[in-house]
Amino acid sequence: MAEALLTARRLTKAYGALKATDSLSLDVIHGEIHAVIGPNGAGKTTAIKQLSGEVASDQGTIHLGGRDITRQPMHERARLGLARSFQITSVFGGFTAEDNVAMAVQAHDGHSFRFWRRARSEAALREPARRTLEQVGLGGRGGVIARNLAHGEQRQLEIAMALATDPSLLLLDEPMAGMGPDEANRMVALLGGLKGRVAILLVEHDMDAVFALADRVTVLVSGREVATGSPDAIRADPVVRQAYLGEDA
Amino acid sequence: MSDASRTTAVSRAPAEGKAGRLETGWRAALLTCVAAALLVLPPAAEALDEAFLIGLFTRIFIFALAAVSLDLILGFGGMVSFGHSAYFGAGAYVVGILSFHAAGGEAPAWPFSLPWMESAVAAWPLAVAAAALLALLVGAVSLRTSGMYFIMITLAFAQMLYYFFVSLEVYGGDDGLSIAGKNNLPGLDLENEASFYYLCLLILVVFLLIGRRLVHSRFGMVLQGCKENEQRMLALGFPVYRYKLAAFVMAGAVAGLAGALMANYMGFVSPGLMHWTVSGEIMVMVILGGMGTLAGPVIGAFVLLLLEEILSAYMEHWMIVLGPVMVLVVLFARRGIWGWFQRGDPDG
Ligand SMILES: Nc1ncnc2c1ncn2[C@@H]1O[C@H](COP(=O)(O)OP(=O)(O)O)[C@@H](O)[C@H]1O
Ligand SMILES: [Mg+2]
Repeated sequence: MAEALLTARRLTKAYGALKATDSLSLDVIHGEIHAVIGPNGAGKTTAIKQLSGEVASDQGTIHLGGRDITRQPMHERARLGLARSFQITSVFGGFTAEDNVAMAVQAHDGHSFRFWRRARSEAALREPARRTLEQVGLGGRGGVIARNLAHGEQRQLEIAMALATDPSLLLLDEPMAGMGPDEANRMVALLGGLKGRVAILLVEHDMDAVFALADRVTVLVSGREVATGSPDAIRADPVVRQAYLGEDA
Repeated sequence: MSDASRTTAVSRAPAEGKAGRLETGWRAALLTCVAAALLVLPPAAEALDEAFLIGLFTRIFIFALAAVSLDLILGFGGMVSFGHSAYFGAGAYVVGILSFHAAGGEAPAWPFSLPWMESAVAAWPLAVAAAALLALLVGAVSLRTSGMYFIMITLAFAQMLYYFFVSLEVYGGDDGLSIAGKNNLPGLDLENEASFYYLCLLILVVFLLIGRRLVHSRFGMVLQGCKENEQRMLALGFPVYRYKLAAFVMAGAVAGLAGALMANYMGFVSPGLMHWTVSGEIMVMVILGGMGTLAGPVIGAFVLLLLEEILSAYMEHWMIVLGPVMVLVVLFARRGIWGWFQRGDPDG
């Protein structure tokens, strides 16, 4: 197996008596799309929150590129290359789409104690922002106030913001939730196009998308990993079929 | 349409391009009229035997300065600080205490009671520094909380300072301190009402111009991002706390300058300057005029203090009128008076 970019070991997070994640271990390989699937309440979002640093783990360790980030706060992890999209769309609603992405470029650039120059006139922020919008299919929509974008466009915008920080790993929490079939197809194409350049941890309910995109799949049930393997192996796994896929079949 | 104007309109908000341009012209005209009126006000007021207007407008400028500084964190940064009077009062007390010692008061000798303490060149920067330091301490603690807790903690710190000065008998306790005369400024006689008026106006204008650069700079964008969606800022990798604290200190520093001017204007300082009702009044100015704009708090200060001046002549409880006015503003002009005028252009 190739070297892992992200290594999580025995991650646990309890809410009272409920273990949202229970000794979860996970390796995300450089450039791969690693899908995490599981029924509602399985702990997928909690796992993403633990990895991104929004929620502190009760136990376990997380390494990114060999570096221990278990105790790093969310913004430090972002600076080390973890970018994230939220299950519930999270953008700067009052900013234009281009402002949203320019903010991400600025975050990556790392110099924000600047008080004089007009940020909206800085080519170093605006040009990468426009390019990234183009890349996710939002070229020409840059001037629209984010909250006025269609739902699917806002999800694309979130991907653009994540990409603009030039991450090594994207943590995507149900990027296709609430999308129509056309929008979902476009998102699949977009994510597929990123394969090999950036690693992606993809939480997604849309099984067609998962099996089309993923190099590796982890199945989570009640906070526990029940199986990890190639899409074909997961599809064939009797335990998985019973525990999860069985519901759909 | 020229190419240049097209580019500007598009880079702002294409949907509102036309209206935005029209209003830009309208705004320039309004601004010119206001500036002209304010410049001729002192001689005009004296000629008409209404010299009290000079003092009234000086007070408006000073409060406007404090209100704009609050809006920097409240309107742009989304930090609902309910203790802004603390920095205002701290700045005022620095001027008061220095002049008390300079006039040969009772407390410690060296290095006090030197002529420099009556000089604005020394006293005002000290007032600014003291207020900034106070804001640094309060902000460092308060900014670890958010929402209701943040409001309560900033309020609590201000009230602590208020009671501290009430109990500080050396400096007059409840009664406060009288100031012998205004600070000295080389080349300008601050005892002259009109000179002091122009100085306060100049300081306000300079701060508005600086503020205009600031809110559109990278730092300003971060500040606005924190207000829009702090979680997102963290997820993007911004050490949000640091930026918010920096803004909090700047706002405190400017409020401290406003306080130093206020001490000079009133000729005395008292703990009343730090009372929570003063924080409330400054906040009302911001909300009334329009949060998240620079012009808004200035308009709010004008409207509130003029209302107070006019209404208090007729009735003791003029605040009764203010309540309904606030309700109307919040109901019909969410972004305040200025927001209602400019409809959606955030560049004010
Ligand atoms: N902040 C919280 N407090 C209490 N329980 C929570 C919290 N967040 C998640 N949970 C619980 O943890 C479990 C896993 O939730 P989540 O990670 O959102 O699942 P998924 O994303 O797989 O649907 C659920 O039972 C949920 O109710
Ligand atoms: Mg979830």
